[in-house]
Parts: sequence; structure tokens; C-alpha cells
Amino acid sequence: MIRSLSRLTPVLATAAVFLAGFVVCSLIYPNFASLRVVMNLLTDNAFLVIVAVGMTFVIISGGIDLSVGSVIGFTTVFLALAIERWGVPPLAAFVLILVICAAFGAAMGAIIQYFELPAFIVTLAGMFLARGVSFLLSTESLPITADLYAHLSEHALRFGAGARLTVPALIMLVVVLAGMVLLHLTRFGANVYALGGSRTAAGLMGINVGRTTVLIYTLSSVLAGLAGIVFSLYTSSGYSLSAVGVELDAIAAVVIGGTLLSGGYGFIFGSFLGVMIQGLIQTYISFDGMLSSWWAKIATGLLLFAFIAFQQLTLHLARRSRRAPAGAHP
Amino acid sequence: MALRLPRIGTSQIVALGLILVANWIVSPQFFDIRLQDGRLFGSLIDVFNRGAPVALLSIGMVLVIAMRGIDLSVGAVMAICGAIAASLADSHSLPVVLAAALGAGLLCGLWNGLLVAVLGIQPIVATLILMVAGRGIAQLITEGRIVTFTSPDLAFLGGGSVLGLPTPVVLTLGMMALTLLLVRGTALGLMIEATGGNPRASALAGIGTRFITVAVYMWSGLCAALAGIVASADILGADANNAGLWLELDAILAVVIGGTSLFGGRFSILLAVVGAFIIQAMNTGILLSGFPPETNLVVKAVVVLAVLLAQSPRLGGHLAGLGVLFNRSKSGGRRP
Repeated sequence: MIRSLSRLTPVLATAAVFLAGFVVCSLIYPNFASLRVVMNLLTDNAFLVIVAVGMTFVIISGGIDLSVGSVIGFTTVFLALAIERWGVPPLAAFVLILVICAAFGAAMGAIIQYFELPAFIVTLAGMFLARGVSFLLSTESLPITADLYAHLSEHALRFGAGARLTVPALIMLVVVLAGMVLLHLTRFGANVYALGGSRTAAGLMGINVGRTTVLIYTLSSVLAGLAGIVFSLYTSSGYSLSAVGVELDAIAAVVIGGTLLSGGYGFIFGSFLGVMIQGLIQTYISFDGMLSSWWAKIATGLLLFAFIAFQQLTLHLARRSRRAPAGAHP
Repeated sequence: MALRLPRIGTSQIVALGLILVANWIVSPQFFDIRLQDGRLFGSLIDVFNRGAPVALLSIGMVLVIAMRGIDLSVGAVMAICGAIAASLADSHSLPVVLAAALGAGLLCGLWNGLLVAVLGIQPIVATLILMVAGRGIAQLITEGRIVTFTSPDLAFLGGGSVLGLPTPVVLTLGMMALTLLLVRGTALGLMIEATGGNPRASALAGIGTRFITVAVYMWSGLCAALAGIVASADILGADANNAGLWLELDAILAVVIGGTSLFGGRFSILLAVVGAFIIQAMNTGILLSGFPPETNLVVKAVVVLAVLLAQSPRLGGHLAGLGVLFNRSKSGGRRP
């Protein structure tokens, strides 16, 4: 639909906003433009990027996943209990939680597909369920003291001057690369785009729509579980109230990254940049020290509006240039 | 024809009755009501009093959903309007406070409506913007503090009583009556249903779909503002972080329990309000029965899924289960 325009315009716009923001911050605070700040940006937002990668798949396919924040919370609580109370080895606990998340996502995808229900309300129920179960498991903040956690938090690629590329950041970069390969270079990725363009057309083309839908939500939940693992590494604890509202941050990041919310168009790298822009705003606020953190919400809302308005404009122009036939559905 | 009764209301009312009876079984003094200082007290009254904010939200939400929209911003609008009411309460008279808070709600609704109707943004996204930014705006108003007030006029709206009934319940009933009168007493309700059923056909039939869309989102904003005022007046203050948090989800749930399809079209305001009280009765029941309050979310998730599956186009027709009996024609309407 937007092929007539340059395919990359939205991602380039996001990149331009990020670079402009970084330059402005660096001009105001001379210490800002350092490798250390960039590395911290990667570490602090690692879990959000991982979730946003999964959300990108879901949104490109024309759906939405509101359950990811709760799945992160559930994962951290489960890991803390499994490792500390039930004595499961950390690596086995990681595998176990990813399997549980995969089953959870597959169930949501199956309900969306086979009962023809809106993704938004099904994943809303999933959000209640995952958060509720993690409340039932424990309402306390549980520390994780396993050796592996201490070991992993020390392990990092050091670049001098305090700049460290930590394990969470490394996992995140691998996920971004793997997501780009999966979305842009494989048949599954092409199917995801086709579903977002038109489910009916995708079905008529011979794509297994049901299988693809279930796989998309499975992938999103598995990545949310992985984000939960990263989050627990980052905080060395499990808490049932952690990552409340992360689903909205992830959706905002995907939209700011240029992905069309109606589906069929978008890039993983754009979502990565979207998270980095949000991280940049947070970092600016912590550098300033005077502004309260709620300015981040307003700024994110404004950016969200600007990018959505930009999307509507490009769509409008593209449609006008095609001159839709009379009677076509808008 | 005015105030026509819904054809499928019995199941929800039976469900509410069953939950109330279940509450009575776990807590024998549930139905005890006593009159003290001219106000009724008791667990049953408490269910209606606590359920009032969600019931108010669901009155606006049901109209939005009937138009095949969704309003995710109501919780944030509650926080904004509650913050405005609380910060003006001690320095201005009640009419000024109410006008400012309700005006802000209408303005928020206007913003949502313009994004949806004029810019053509999907409702879930358009209202997401205000949902994200709204709490920031509320914080801006309260300057990051929890604002408290002492004005007895505003406090009356949360803790007072009219003819023995708590004011929030009276306000909810009043708002419901007004909305029913506006929507069912005129052709407006029919136009909303038509727009939700098929916007293009309705526009071709001469319905001003844009105007109606904007008006419905403004009404939702107004209901959210009233809910925000009640919530603020109840706690004699405004907490921009927590006021109305998650309530948009409860309001959507109330509408869904009330039998209004998320695919737009036929709707019932009365049953949405009943749905809101069903949710509150469940909350109260879980508290009374001594289960940890954390069970609440799991129960809600199960109820959402059960109601949704009953509503599913695949399972349309007759389906009895979990106290909700649906007898709807297979509309088969899907989002484009």
C-alpha cells in the first residue's frame, strides 16, 4: 500500500528523531555523549526491546498482545520461587518457564484464531490471568541469590571508562538480530506480513493462517518470558508487580518505530529505535534531576501522536495517489 | 417505544442475584441493612457504592463499544478530572469545581473523538495516546503530590447520602437515567447502533456518523469525569498515579458481561451497569469469603474468557453456561 513511497521512510524518521535527541542531550550535558551512557541505555532497556521485538511480529500481523507485561511479572516470580524455594537449577528453570510461556501464548493464539475473537480482549484476559497467578504465587519481592545470577551480573564485555556491555544487553542484541532474520528473511516472516495485509487474501494464497496466528502469539509470549528472565537477571529478584504497564511501553515503541498499527508493514529495527528513544527521554530526565518522571509519559504520548499522525498522512497520500475505486471499504 | 426493555436481560440479572446469594452464604449478615444518621449501611449497599465508578464508566463505554470503538483512556481521564476537582475544591465553589472537572472530561472526549472520526485512527490506538499521556497530565496538575482537600461540598459527592442512598449510587442512577432518556428516548440510540453495525451504510443513509462518533466519545469522557470526581470525593484527595488505574479494563469487562458485542451494534446501558455491579459483587464476595484478594484477577480472567467464548461467532446461537445465557442471532460481524 505504501510501496509507492519509500519503504524505509518511517524507520529513517525514527532514526533521525533518535539522533537529533541524542545530539540535543549531548549539547546540554557534555557528559552525555559517552560510550557508558550508550551502554547503559542498552542494558536498562534490554527487557523492553525483547518484548518490543515480539510485539512487532504481533502488530505486523494485525493483532495486539496486552499480556506481555503480566507474563514478565509471572516469569520473575516463578523463577524466584523455582530457584530459591523449589531448588530447581537456574538453567532448568529458564527452560521450564519458556515452555510454560510458549503454551500460554499458543493457547491465546488458538482462542483468537478458532473462536474468531478480537486479539485485544483475549490477551486482556491473558493479562489478568498471568498477573493473577503471579499474585497467587507470591505477593512479596523475592531475592534471587543463586550463583549463576551473581556470576552473570559480573560477566560483561568491558570497554574502559565504565562502559560495560552486560549479559542482558548481549541477549537483547542477539534477539534483535534473530528477530530481523526471522521477520525479513524467512517464509514465516513473509506469512506474518501477508496476514497483516489481509487475512482473507493470505488464506486464499494458501498460507496456513491458523498455524501462523498461533505461532505469532507463541513467539510473543516466549519473548516476554525471555524478557522476564532478563528482567530477573537485571534486578536479581522476582516480584509479582514488576513490569506493570510494559505492554503499553512496548506498543508505543513499536508505533514510534514506524510499524503500522493496522498491520502489514513494519521493521524490527524501528521498534529497537523506538525503545531507545523512550530510554533517551528517561536518561535525559535523570541527567536533569529536576524534572519528574511523569514528563516521560507526556513526551511519549506526544511522540506517539506525532508518529500516528504521520502514518495517517502517508496512508492518506498513498490512497489518494491510487484513487480507490468507488464503493471500496475505507 | 421509549425506554424499551432489552430482550436478553434476564441472564445477567440472574447472575447478579446468584452472586449476591453466594455472598450471603459465605457471610450471613450480607443482606443486613441498617439506617444510621439518615444513611443506609450494609454490605449490599457497599457493593453498589463501591461499584459506582465502574458503573459510571460503563455507561459511556457501552455507547463507544456499540459504535465498534473502544475507549482505553477513561482511567486516565478519571485521574485528570479527579486531580482538577481536588485541587480546585478548597478555593472555588462547587459549581465552578464541577464545571472545570466535567469540562476537562468533555475536552478529553473531544480529543479522542476527533482522532477517531476526523483523522480516522483506530479507536484502540487513538485512545491509547491519552491513556499513556493522561496520567502524566494528571501528575502535572497535582504537581506530583497527592492533593487533599477539606471542602464538605465536594466530599458530599463521595461520602454523603440522598434519601438514605449513598451519593455515588444516586449519581450513577441519575447518569444512567439521563443517558437512557437521551439515547432511547430519541432516535440517537438507533443511529449509534446503525453506525456500529455498518458505518458506511449509515453515512449513506444520511446519518452524521462523524458527529455521532465525536459526541459518543465526549459522553464517555463526561462519564469518566463524573467517576473521577466521585473517586476523588470518596478519598478526600486525588492520587494521579492510582486513581482509576485498571478501571478501563473493568468498564470494558462490565460492558462485555452486559451482553454488548465488541463487534458493535446492539447495546444495553442497563445491562452494562448490571455488569459493573456483578464485577463489584464478585470482588466483595472474594473479600468476604476470606480468599486472598489476589484471587480476584484470576476469577476476572476466567469470567472474561467464559463470556467471550459464549459471545464468539463460532459458538453463537444457544449456549448456557456459568450463569450467562446468550440467545443472540449469529451476527457474524467481524472487524474489517
